[in-house]
Amino acid sequence: MRRETLLRVYWVYIEEIIMKTVLHAEKIRKSFSGNEVLHNVDFTLMSGEIHALVGENGAGKSTLMKIFMGEYRPDSGIISINGKLENIQTPAQALSLGISMVHQELHYMPYLSIADYMYLGREPRNIFFLNRAKKIELTLEQLNNIGLEINPDNKMGQLTVSELQMIEIAKVISYGTKILILDEPTSSISETEVERLFEILKFLKSKGVSVIYISHRLEELNRIADTVTILRDGYRVITDKLSNLGRDKIINKMVGRKIEEIFPKRNMEFKDIFIEVKGLTKKDEFEDINISVKKGEVVGLAGLVGAGRTEVVTSIFGEKKVDKGHIYINGKQVKIDNAISAVKKRIAFVTEDRKLSGLNLIGSVKDNISSVILKETSQFGLLKLKEINKKVISMIEKLKIKINTDEQLVSSLSGGNQQKIVLSKWLLIQPDLFILDEPTRGIDVGAKIEVYKLIHELAVNGKAIILISSELPEIVSLCNRVYVLHEGKITGELTGNEITQEAIMNYASG
Amino acid sequence: MQLNRINIKDISQIAKKIGILWVFFALSITIAILSPNFVKALNIITVFKQISMLGILAVGSTFVLISGGIDLSVGSIVALAGVCAAMFGGKDMNLPLFIPIIIAISVGGAIGFLNGVGVAYAKITPFIMTLGFMISVRGLALLLTNGKPIFGLNEGFMNISNAPLFRIGGVAVPNMILYFFIVVILMSIVLRFTVFGKWLYAVGGNEESARFSAINVKRVKLTVYTINGLLAGLCGVLMASRINSGDATVASNFALDAIAASVIGGVSLAGGVGTIWKTIFGALIIGVMQNGLQILGVSPFIQTIVQGLIIIIAVFFDSRTRSVQ
Repeated sequence: MRRETLLRVYWVYIEEIIMKTVLHAEKIRKSFSGNEVLHNVDFTLMSGEIHALVGENGAGKSTLMKIFMGEYRPDSGIISINGKLENIQTPAQALSLGISMVHQELHYMPYLSIADYMYLGREPRNIFFLNRAKKIELTLEQLNNIGLEINPDNKMGQLTVSELQMIEIAKVISYGTKILILDEPTSSISETEVERLFEILKFLKSKGVSVIYISHRLEELNRIADTVTILRDGYRVITDKLSNLGRDKIINKMVGRKIEEIFPKRNMEFKDIFIEVKGLTKKDEFEDINISVKKGEVVGLAGLVGAGRTEVVTSIFGEKKVDKGHIYINGKQVKIDNAISAVKKRIAFVTEDRKLSGLNLIGSVKDNISSVILKETSQFGLLKLKEINKKVISMIEKLKIKINTDEQLVSSLSGGNQQKIVLSKWLLIQPDLFILDEPTRGIDVGAKIEVYKLIHELAVNGKAIILISSELPEIVSLCNRVYVLHEGKITGELTGNEITQEAIMNYASG
Repeated sequence: MQLNRINIKDISQIAKKIGILWVFFALSITIAILSPNFVKALNIITVFKQISMLGILAVGSTFVLISGGIDLSVGSIVALAGVCAAMFGGKDMNLPLFIPIIIAISVGGAIGFLNGVGVAYAKITPFIMTLGFMISVRGLALLLTNGKPIFGLNEGFMNISNAPLFRIGGVAVPNMILYFFIVVILMSIVLRFTVFGKWLYAVGGNEESARFSAINVKRVKLTVYTINGLLAGLCGVLMASRINSGDATVASNFALDAIAASVIGGVSLAGGVGTIWKTIFGALIIGVMQNGLQILGVSPFIQTIVQGLIIIIAVFFDSRTRSVQ
């Protein structure tokens, strides 16, 4: 071994004894096809530490994690686990070293029971035969450890996103994981569930398990993380105790821009009501919803997960039948039967889950962006190719979508770029009302800023906007007025300065 | 390891794009070397005659598959349309030829329309809907003919398919081939240059997203099954003309053959992917392979075995490329 490496090994060894370093990575470099995505990144994780990893998409977070998980091999650099130099070649090896990851999008088998899933591949046996009772007993033990009261015989398909996550965490704990990597764990779970997750993390911390916590939700980090590392463009920008860094400084370091640029100011004068919803009711989903939006106004719909916000806007868009209620546009009563009818009335809907209902992932960028305006730009059913091209290019330029060619498949793009494509396709029909359901979910801070700027621009141009967001700072900063929902009913309406996180949470909890 | 993964992905993507052409040429050249009779004008015309009907049906099935559906009933529609054409093409009736042609195509379109209603409006899964019709429509054709082929057709009836369009080097090129080319060219324009074509890909790629994008998914599906029915109807009259009778038992393999040609041509069974020209090469590969094995005197049973294997290999590459994405 070279002298330098030897010295490093000794230093890491000392670190391990005195300071219980659980993972130490130094000067990690990684390139793909000549493109260097990690430049000499260092990363250190202590025992029992909750270490937040923050950075825009493309900053290198997932590449670094994949290296720790054995899915990629670094071009150069060293990794040591518990003071011992390791060459992590395969995910199985990473697992045996005590490193495991709970992904943002969980894959699971819906027809397996919790116990089956938990002990898949290592079912307890009575010599030859499977010991089902033992399996249930062990599963209950694991579930108890994390405080989850649920029947181990329940099928995985019956569980909520949050429960699936808990099971996944319990499973990796049962494997004896010492380094747990969580990728955006709170993006699809409610406030109470977040609390429960944090309890579990604190429990793990007390047992000496370390957590690498990847999240875009800076508010949460204050509540749970000890240290934060910020990556930008493949460089480690800073690592520091969370207490030393404030939210503004973190954003600044992530993005290299100042916070004032993030939430642009708007004027507060509005004229005519564009859309009015009265008495909208659907059994078991929402009741007596009364909403109005003026031209140029940004109206927020806040509430906990499951409060019915998405259901309400989907009904306004016509893709959900209601039992009662009327909709008025520009004072006249209208009937919106489906998306086609809604678009005719100049309403656009950016849905909550772009992969499910916003994009054709196996379609090209061009096809996706042009998908709504196809009929408009046609003559006798034939496509006007030049016009479509022009419009698509104008959107790509306006929203700064990063692509190689417009024939590229949408599935190859980052979350932020994908969301821009969804926005593009709606911008092209020049709607009067924009319904945005969680428009910044799963996208990096840089792209978020551009979405906020777009919302601001649309409002200034007199468009009416309904915004659903679970990130309260977004609601507080962007909206002129907010309706708060709780279990399908509107519990409060806040205007101007009344809009604060506390007030919203108050109404949202009933 | 990572590098290797990327290479396979690149290769299978390129292979997907132009591979079909290479396979076709490789196959043709191999057979040509093994038997010089292959490249004779008469034989080439024979190949095209054999794939004319397959090609027309494959075009239709490409449309249906791209939209995310499937149509198993085309073979039965061909039989029914042929029977209907024969019923109005008799010597005794002596009707102008365009009447049986129009009737056959309309019958096909009607069945296709019903398929579409079932799939789009009654929300019956396409496999089951078209499977049911595959069986019932066949039954209807048998009922109309009472189980016996209809003979005694008009003199001109045979000409619909078989009359020579022109001659190349003394060999006649029948009308069938012209119809084939017209359908292929027309439908490929529809798929590439019309709004409907784009809608097909959108619905097949992600139906829910298409619906939220204000595309009339129900009408798209209804239309695509109707089009497939119309094409099957056309094929029915061509078939009846070719065998100069209305036979309710023909074309029992046609649906699967058409789907096979599409799949070999790179159409994905999950929808959203495929082009007409590649499907035609898929049909050509089947045709050339059948023809080549025939010329070489290979047992027709072996032909069937090989055809099945080619389909499996083609689908294997299809799913591989999809999952990599």
